[in-house]
Amino acid sequence: MASGITILDPTNESKPATRQLLARPASIKGLTIGLLDISKPRGNLFLNRIEELLTERGAKVLRYSKPTFTKPAPVDLRQEIATQCNLVIEALAD
Amino acid sequence: MTSVAPVLPDGFVVIVKRECATCQMVEPVLKDIAGHKTPLTIYTQDDPTFPESVSAIHDSDLAVSWHNNIDTVPTLIKVVNGKEVDRTFGWLASDWQRITEIPELGHDLPAMRPGCGSMSVDPDIVDKLRAKFTDSPVIARTVEFSDAEDEFEAMYARGWTDGFPVIPPTRERVLRMLTGTTRHPQDVVAIAPPDLVELTVEKIAINAVMAGCLPEYMPWVIAALEAVCNDQFNMHGVLATTMPVGPVIICNGPGTRAIGMNSGINAFGQGNRANNTIGRAVQLTIRNVGGGRPGEVDRATHGNPGKISFCFAEDEVGSPFTSLATERGIPLGQNAVTVFAGEGPRCVVDQLARTPEELTNSLVACLQTVHHPKLVIGFDAILTISPDHGRVYAEAGWSREKLIAELTERSMTPGADLVRGAREMAEGVPPHLRDATLPKFRPGGILLTYAGGGAGLFSSIVAGWANGAIGSDPVTRVVGS
Repeated sequence: MASGITILDPTNESKPATRQLLARPASIKGLTIGLLDISKPRGNLFLNRIEELLTERGAKVLRYSKPTFTKPAPVDLRQEIATQCNLVIEALAD
Repeated sequence: MTSVAPVLPDGFVVIVKRECATCQMVEPVLKDIAGHKTPLTIYTQDDPTFPESVSAIHDSDLAVSWHNNIDTVPTLIKVVNGKEVDRTFGWLASDWQRITEIPELGHDLPAMRPGCGSMSVDPDIVDKLRAKFTDSPVIARTVEFSDAEDEFEAMYARGWTDGFPVIPPTRERVLRMLTGTTRHPQDVVAIAPPDLVELTVEKIAINAVMAGCLPEYMPWVIAALEAVCNDQFNMHGVLATTMPVGPVIICNGPGTRAIGMNSGINAFGQGNRANNTIGRAVQLTIRNVGGGRPGEVDRATHGNPGKISFCFAEDEVGSPFTSLATERGIPLGQNAVTVFAGEGPRCVVDQLARTPEELTNSLVACLQTVHHPKLVIGFDAILTISPDHGRVYAEAGWSREKLIAELTERSMTPGADLVRGAREMAEGVPPHLRDATLPKFRPGGILLTYAGGGAGLFSSIVAGWANGAIGSDPVTRVVGS
């Protein structure tokens, strides 16, 4: 066992930014909720039902989908959701 | 860490060490030079009392030797106004006489005697000297382990390994690794997924040290990382998928032989340093710099052992086919890597086929099973033909194009056999394809390669991941310097 060895850091040396969670809304009534389909098969079935339930409770629902589930959502899409919605639900399904 | 190069004094400068018999032989010569009017400065590397008959300065930290690129002792340098104007090394009477302008210098010595290696190029210490004297822009944060820590355990505990021990990336080792590439340590090679951070040559070198690479592997590791870190290969998706794939690296070109890669017996297996550590360096870099770790972004259901490392060279010399790199547009003689999102290899046994048609039928039957016999076109595969199977094609004069065309044609299957529910299997292609006739692979979906030991009537298949824009496409990159 060697001792006191000094090495170079193999990582990216970055620290994740810490962000405070947003306050939970008291009600979803009147809020715009984005539903993001990641484009896995049958994700739409799940999101259709969620949309029904949210609409019943007075929320306005907007639907989005990623071009492919294998890649992160494009910046433009994230921007679009952020500017149009109060809340977002991302669905994974198979 | 760095030092300013010492300025050599005007006159004659000689670097010697006692351990060198030629240095001992020229001691009378040094005394003779010292008796003339031009000043003589002697630097001695090992023993400050040598030479005994003339005074010398001890180059104790070898700074003079390092900064003046002394490879051999004795070295005689002529310095005018602080600048070197002439140099000779070892003992060559005519050179020493010409430089010193002392005609009879060493007339009683043999005309020539080779010198010895300078201590400043001793393999045991050259890395330390490089680290001490090189003004290298290595900027990584340093991590110092305490006396009580075992560095191997400490690196594992920090999550920096693939489960196997890694070589501690000391500054000395990293600087040595960087000698394997002409690229600047702070050059950004790619944006590394999944954290999308700038991947520098320095960080690659650190992870290459940990993987066990030699410096000459660096250009291959860099090229492979360039090849995986882009939207086409989609390393993020390859990590995130639940399927058991990782980057499989296929190396082509004369450089594969220069760095001792294995394309023969056990080409996919253990034992060859270049094959195993190049693949491992790529994976460690993605893990440590990109942040791609199993259980986090890496969601593989089973994974496969090739995710530690899966890298091999094509046997271009023995192959009856044009190489994969050539097929993918790389000029002959150029070094290149092709990366493929693949699972582990599986064996195709056919010890009885003696015609290319029979053998191709066997290959097709096994290729049909890639991921599921009823799923077609959506997955690519590497097909690696062995020498024993390759001979069947060579003798029949089948080219790469001919074999690919036959594989495609013989894989054509009626949609009725592939649709969901057919053959009492729920899995399959969508119902609208019932009346189509479909090949197993999309055009370009078979990556034909040639490798393996000289005995064994076997070939090998590496199945891929979702192909094309929704998944991953193979990527080929030229290996630089």
